[in-house]
Amino acid sequence: MLAYTVRRILVSIPVLIVSTFIVFLVVINSGDPVANFATSRQPAPSQAAVDAFARHIHADQPAAERYWNWITGVLHGDWGPSVQANLDIGHDLFTRFRVTVTLVAASLVIALIMAVIFGVFSAIRQYSAADYAITFFGFLFLAMPVFWFAVLLKQAGIWFNEQTGSQFLGTIGEKSPYLDVDTPWNRFTDHVGHLVLPTITLALVSFASWTRYTRASMLEVLNSDYVRLARAKGLRRGKVLVRHALRTALVPLTTVTALDVAIVLGGAVITETIFQWHGMGEMLVQSAQTVDVYRTMAWLLLSAVVVIGFNLVADLLYAVLDPRIRYD
Amino acid sequence: MTDTEAPGSAGTHLPPADHEFTVRYRSRTRLVLRRFVRHRAAMVSLVVFVLIVLWAFVGPHLWHYSYQKYTPDNSQAPSWKHPFGTNASGYDAYAQVMRGTQTSLKVAILIALGSTAVGAVWGAVAGFYRGVVDAIMMRVADLVLTLPLFAIALVISSRSGGSWYWIAAVIAGLTWAYVSRVVRSTVLSLREKEFVEAARALGASDPWIIFRHLLPNALGPVIVNATVLVATGILTETALSFVGFGVQPPDTSLGLLVSQAQTAVDTRPWLFYIPGFFIIAIALTINFIGDGLRDAFDPRQQRVRQ
Repeated sequence: MLAYTVRRILVSIPVLIVSTFIVFLVVINSGDPVANFATSRQPAPSQAAVDAFARHIHADQPAAERYWNWITGVLHGDWGPSVQANLDIGHDLFTRFRVTVTLVAASLVIALIMAVIFGVFSAIRQYSAADYAITFFGFLFLAMPVFWFAVLLKQAGIWFNEQTGSQFLGTIGEKSPYLDVDTPWNRFTDHVGHLVLPTITLALVSFASWTRYTRASMLEVLNSDYVRLARAKGLRRGKVLVRHALRTALVPLTTVTALDVAIVLGGAVITETIFQWHGMGEMLVQSAQTVDVYRTMAWLLLSAVVVIGFNLVADLLYAVLDPRIRYD
Repeated sequence: MTDTEAPGSAGTHLPPADHEFTVRYRSRTRLVLRRFVRHRAAMVSLVVFVLIVLWAFVGPHLWHYSYQKYTPDNSQAPSWKHPFGTNASGYDAYAQVMRGTQTSLKVAILIALGSTAVGAVWGAVAGFYRGVVDAIMMRVADLVLTLPLFAIALVISSRSGGSWYWIAAVIAGLTWAYVSRVVRSTVLSLREKEFVEAARALGASDPWIIFRHLLPNALGPVIVNATVLVATGILTETALSFVGFGVQPPDTSLGLLVSQAQTAVDTRPWLFYIPGFFIIAIALTINFIGDGLRDAFDPRQQRVRQ
């Protein structure tokens, strides 16, 4: 399994290089930061200043050379120049990553747990009122735009705070700018309070479709011969459900989760925009607005690594979940 | 065995048309339609969806306010004069939601058509030729699949200037790879069928086989995927417009309307809820239509016989 992991990581390197090169070409052609610099300032900068700016952000180099300098620079910890003066992209990226990773991780865990609970329940009570209700809400959440739901939740949070007279549910930012009593406990509850609403929002993005997948694969497994055999030889129903049926049914869910990570990251951009977090979402929006090539690339490279990592973990989990799958 | 056969069924000649056990010949389209019509949720959804489409495209010609015309009434709750109320600047929300629905639908449908056309041909060619062609074409599709849809669409469409066809082209440029995968897997099994061999024996060229034999037979999964893409398309476009990278004012889309109303959820709730309900209604009906089509094209997937 270790050999397989190493091989998979080695295989994903050329994929990463080709895909980041294509993305790089797309990004450098998505806008003209030099023209922005030349026209958006009052008084207009001199031609020499514009040329110096173009040199500073490497806009004067050919694309292939720029890409090569960038990717080798990243390996040395140099993330390239930003269009904003005094912005260290590497530092910016990792500060924001720490903010976003709590949100994404918390919502992934909650969405998965809910998807398994509701999906399994729906499958073992097929065609019951509960199954129909879960299916209905599944379809509803599949059709619900994240941003609309997030704004609603934000309103609900404000209402909740007004009713209880507390400030527990944070609706702006990832933490309070200052605390009345700055103890570790207060800092922790403040953090959790700010996490609640965005996490629910982001969890519901993927919860609906994952529940549908769990239900479908659970139904398929429950109708299979080996589950019938396990019951026939006298195993308890609970044990059959968890040890024999659920374990196999989790394989497709693992695949879908890994594939959907990119969608969750996209959802995080919207969620963070609405709740005004200073995370990776804000970073992407700002860098797209200012046509900041290297800042955009830093974001996309990190998200690509996260997606590839998730797919690798999913592949390794198959072997854990399904003993028939072996990597030699 | 032949001597025990009933005289009517012997040999190759067909039984008479009024025979008790004959089944009238029905075309595949007819069968699919029949099964679709019996799918209640899908039929209701189709009716609702068609009504929304008609309303969004015909409505603006009949309604007496334009989406970009100020009215003297600002911040008014829904009334007979303004069924969806008005916003703070006095725009008639009914006209704006109509226009927004129209723009969002145009984008979503163009995404579905564009990516289906590209993806179907791409997948069919790859599946038909197999080998090196297949390997190269599918690696390209895989590369596109690894790109995060929303992030890339956001970065590229910042240049679009808000034109709806450019936004649609950007999103379709990232979603066609899904279609190509589905079509390729279907074509891989279809190309081994006898009718393809027969066509080749008759001297049919490769393009003829691909376009006249393989693609029409792969129509089921293609259509089902196209409907799903309409839902993906509308959710992606509205999200882009919400964040400010999609459709730009003075034109409007359902996402932009929600975005403009997000600070007025308490004070002018009609501005926020109505466009949201339209997005949900469109995505929901599309998903049900897709479900009905899937069951109609492939009844084997269903557990309950209808």
